[in-house]
Amino acid sequence: MDVLRNNNWLLTVGTFLPVLGVIVMVFIPKGKELLIKQVALLTATATLVIGAVTLALFKYGSAGKLQFVVDTSWIPVIHSNYTIGLDGVSLPLYILSMVVTVLVMIYSWDHIPAPGNPKAFLSLMLILQVGMAGTFIAQDLILFFVFFELVLLPMYFMIGVWGGEQRQYASLKFFLYTMFGSALMLVAFLALFWQVQKTNPDASFSIPYLIDHAGDLSRSTQIWIFAGMFIGFAVKVPMFPFHTWLPDAHTQAPTQGSVILAAILLKLGTYGFIRIAIPILPKAAVAWAPYIGALAVIGIIYGALGCLAQTDMKRLIAFSSVAHMGFVMLGIATLTPLGVNAAVFGMVAHGLITGMLFFVAGSVKDRYHTLEIKRLGGMLKQMPKLGWILGFCAMASLGLPGLAGFWGEFPAIVSAYSPFGGNSGLPGVSKEVFRVFMVIAAVGTVLAAGYLLWLFQRVAFGEPKDEFADHASDGHGAVHAVGAAVNETEIHGAGHGDIHDVKLTEWIAWSPFLIAIVVLGVYPNLLFKVIDPASQTILKAFGKG
Amino acid sequence: MLSTVLHFSGLAATGDFVRPRIDYHAMAPEMILAAGICVVLLVDLFVEESKRWLTATIAGLFLIGSLIPIVTLALIGDDTRSMFDGRYVVDQFSLIMKAMFLIIGYVVVLLSTNEIEEGGYHQGEYYVLLLASVLGMVMMTSSRDLVSVFVAFEFLSIPTYMLAAWRKRDSKSNEAGVKYFLLGVFASAIMLYGMSLLYGVSQSTKLTDISAYLSAHSTTGVVALSIVFIVVGFAFKVSAVPFHSWAPDTYQGAPTPVTAFLSVASKAGGFVALVSMVYLTFPSAKDVWQPFIFVLAALTMTIGNVLALKQTNIVRMLAYSSISQGGFILMPFVVAGTKAAETSLKTIVVYLLVYASTNLGVFAVVIAVARRTRSGEISSYGGMLTWAPGLTALMTFFLASLAGIPPFGGWFAKLNAFRAVLEAGTGFGYAIAIIGAVNTVVAFGYYGNLMREMWMKPSVDGDNSPVRTPPSLLAALGITGIATLVLGILPQLVLRFGDLNDLVHTGALGK
Repeated sequence: MDVLRNNNWLLTVGTFLPVLGVIVMVFIPKGKELLIKQVALLTATATLVIGAVTLALFKYGSAGKLQFVVDTSWIPVIHSNYTIGLDGVSLPLYILSMVVTVLVMIYSWDHIPAPGNPKAFLSLMLILQVGMAGTFIAQDLILFFVFFELVLLPMYFMIGVWGGEQRQYASLKFFLYTMFGSALMLVAFLALFWQVQKTNPDASFSIPYLIDHAGDLSRSTQIWIFAGMFIGFAVKVPMFPFHTWLPDAHTQAPTQGSVILAAILLKLGTYGFIRIAIPILPKAAVAWAPYIGALAVIGIIYGALGCLAQTDMKRLIAFSSVAHMGFVMLGIATLTPLGVNAAVFGMVAHGLITGMLFFVAGSVKDRYHTLEIKRLGGMLKQMPKLGWILGFCAMASLGLPGLAGFWGEFPAIVSAYSPFGGNSGLPGVSKEVFRVFMVIAAVGTVLAAGYLLWLFQRVAFGEPKDEFADHASDGHGAVHAVGAAVNETEIHGAGHGDIHDVKLTEWIAWSPFLIAIVVLGVYPNLLFKVIDPASQTILKAFGKG
Repeated sequence: MLSTVLHFSGLAATGDFVRPRIDYHAMAPEMILAAGICVVLLVDLFVEESKRWLTATIAGLFLIGSLIPIVTLALIGDDTRSMFDGRYVVDQFSLIMKAMFLIIGYVVVLLSTNEIEEGGYHQGEYYVLLLASVLGMVMMTSSRDLVSVFVAFEFLSIPTYMLAAWRKRDSKSNEAGVKYFLLGVFASAIMLYGMSLLYGVSQSTKLTDISAYLSAHSTTGVVALSIVFIVVGFAFKVSAVPFHSWAPDTYQGAPTPVTAFLSVASKAGGFVALVSMVYLTFPSAKDVWQPFIFVLAALTMTIGNVLALKQTNIVRMLAYSSISQGGFILMPFVVAGTKAAETSLKTIVVYLLVYASTNLGVFAVVIAVARRTRSGEISSYGGMLTWAPGLTALMTFFLASLAGIPPFGGWFAKLNAFRAVLEAGTGFGYAIAIIGAVNTVVAFGYYGNLMREMWMKPSVDGDNSPVRTPPSLLAALGITGIATLVLGILPQLVLRFGDLNDLVHTGALGK
């Protein structure tokens, strides 16, 4: 595989820069919270600047090739190298992870959740960023595994320490599920390596190498190896039977944790399918595709029905993630460039939209101290701006044309009409199955409109409920410190009980999300033209464009 | 044993005794340590009570000092230095293991400094015994003869019996020492019996001779018995289930620095001895030891894990955790007689290095925390993120390493171990890999429990006063922390030293 190696320092610096920030923060006393926040934000911003440089130097004409490639020896004993690179599929996600981290840092400026300790909180966030960015650039299976696992502990602690009432249960569940999945994934990686090594003594864990050499493995071998990877990635996505950790983790996580979880962490799983499982094991991918597709549409419907049954706003948004990731997986399962393009677009769009919804949920929780839908109401009267932002995100999430969400769902559904590029030469799958999936997925979009509009209606319309009616502050966006009013349960947020509209830090943190949702919705080609060459390359084993 | 001695003296009497050539450079680490023992003893005699802390410093200096010849030997090249008719060999395997034991010894000195000084224990004697035990370990790495293996084994064991009982007025510590001593000598007796049988059959005490004999002759009942006895003897030392029952009580009763030493150095000493037996002495009789070690490894990792899950005392939990880790170190032995022999040997070395740095780190944190809480209960770690964020972060690193979560050393050790047993492609290999994989997940139960206690639980009595860590403990934490991290991120840095061509190609494996 030909690759571009110029400016190859960029990815390494962009990935590991946050570590520098963590090291600096270690030496700052815990009491100097402002300095800690400044250093953390500065680090994240500097990382984003490197990301912007990457964006500028990326050769869009050859987005299908790996760029900024570094390939140096790392652990020769196990034939694993430090191989990194970026192509059109990983670029959007890599940049998204940096953007999300910066914006979450800005949001954290005055939203450090209880029990405080910004030093530990922000350090974990920076380490998380290393793991996320690293996963997207890794081009070696062992390196990928290390980064994939690196996000585990920080998120475990983020949920377990700064989360809600049942944080310990939720964090442990998250950890055990993911660890179980990644154990099987690692076994699959090792098995893959040995199978390839049987015929190629110089085999390595490099992903491009395995794409070139693992295709010859027999179909049954591929299917078994794929099974291991499938469970590892499917837990992370999460796909239907493996999703039960997600509602708990999302509901209990602090706002920042939920946003990062939704925006980036879930994508590690879908990205793994696109980057590793499908191109390396094409025969198995074809064999598995109908099952993945089936689980994906089950996820769409199940997630939607789950949403309709929820009484907690955050839990509802969490279930909607299951449904949305179902669309992404459906797109991937079609094994067409259109489907994979839709999947990657859907990943970015879901990251922006659901991330934003979790931000809104966090702010609602800050103000009302509850997310129980039946206690909320009349948000448009009390906080019109926040209310309309919620409405906007709900519209985007249900896939309204003109907003980003549409371009993830619609092409995914379309691609299911003719899976495998309309080429019926591929064995084992009948198109009819996918056409059934297509219809079911389309029903899913209707359900999505149902639960999201219903949520918006219940939360934002009508009159504020009595218990909150007299809490409104006299001016929108005004910040009042009502010191005495702070009781035990209200230490979340900036320490004032008043219900006020969107604050400055919230505006700064949110507007890039909102702008991106509109821009990508109006001009999706911005993203598609980057993704498309790469997904063509990834699917080249399937023999058509 | 007796006959061996007679055998040698008989040689001397007939007059054809030639003074063996002694390679002083190769022997320098042992000699420096021996000198250190004498110096510490003398300083302890002539220095007044208030300056007894000097003994710790001197012991530490001698340990570092004996690292110097190891470094020069390693730099000079890869020639194997063989002495006494090939019965005492300095090769790459022994060099890297010697370096490990000396660094472990140094870290244990750092861990002990405050504990022993403040406890008013007999400082001079303590460090003499510690150095003696380290000397035994250093000798063990080079021993290629049943007699020297046994002498080194006793040399490393006997001081630790006394060290375990070092808190004289504490009945628990006495219990620890006596239990360890009784079971230890019992194991030695069994092992010695096995060795004598092996000598009786093969007419030699030299490991390579025995190996040659065993591969030329079919395995008889006596040979099988002797192999089982020898493995049982070392299984006691590495606290493999079902020979582990001494470990939790001894670990809990002994002073914590001694526990750290026992759980790391003494265990590693047992493994080094087991390597010289399995890889050099009886690799050809794998029908005997392979199923036996398989059962030991499977039981050790599983039972250690299950029992660790329900412990409430941190040291007992760590005792069972180290039993279970021992099971993982035993895992590569299962495939020692297959085509994966070379990989499995390297794996053992890597695992020992990672385990040593990580487990010493864990005990350093335990000692630092116990200075504040005066408690060994796991619940006393509640709220540690508030009162000791640095220690919490380090402890998290170490626990993650033990659990095998990247990017800390443990993941690579575990990955390597799985790689070795899977590479062999034998039924035993696959079986132990599956058992190991299940245990890896189970182990997170108790490591995660401690993490949860530190990060997510409130402090026991609402006391959030910070913990003060003395400089020597900080140094120990620094050494182990950096080692754990570096081993995880850049394992190749250390793996280079563990290339071990010598043992593999000149030893029995090469044949």
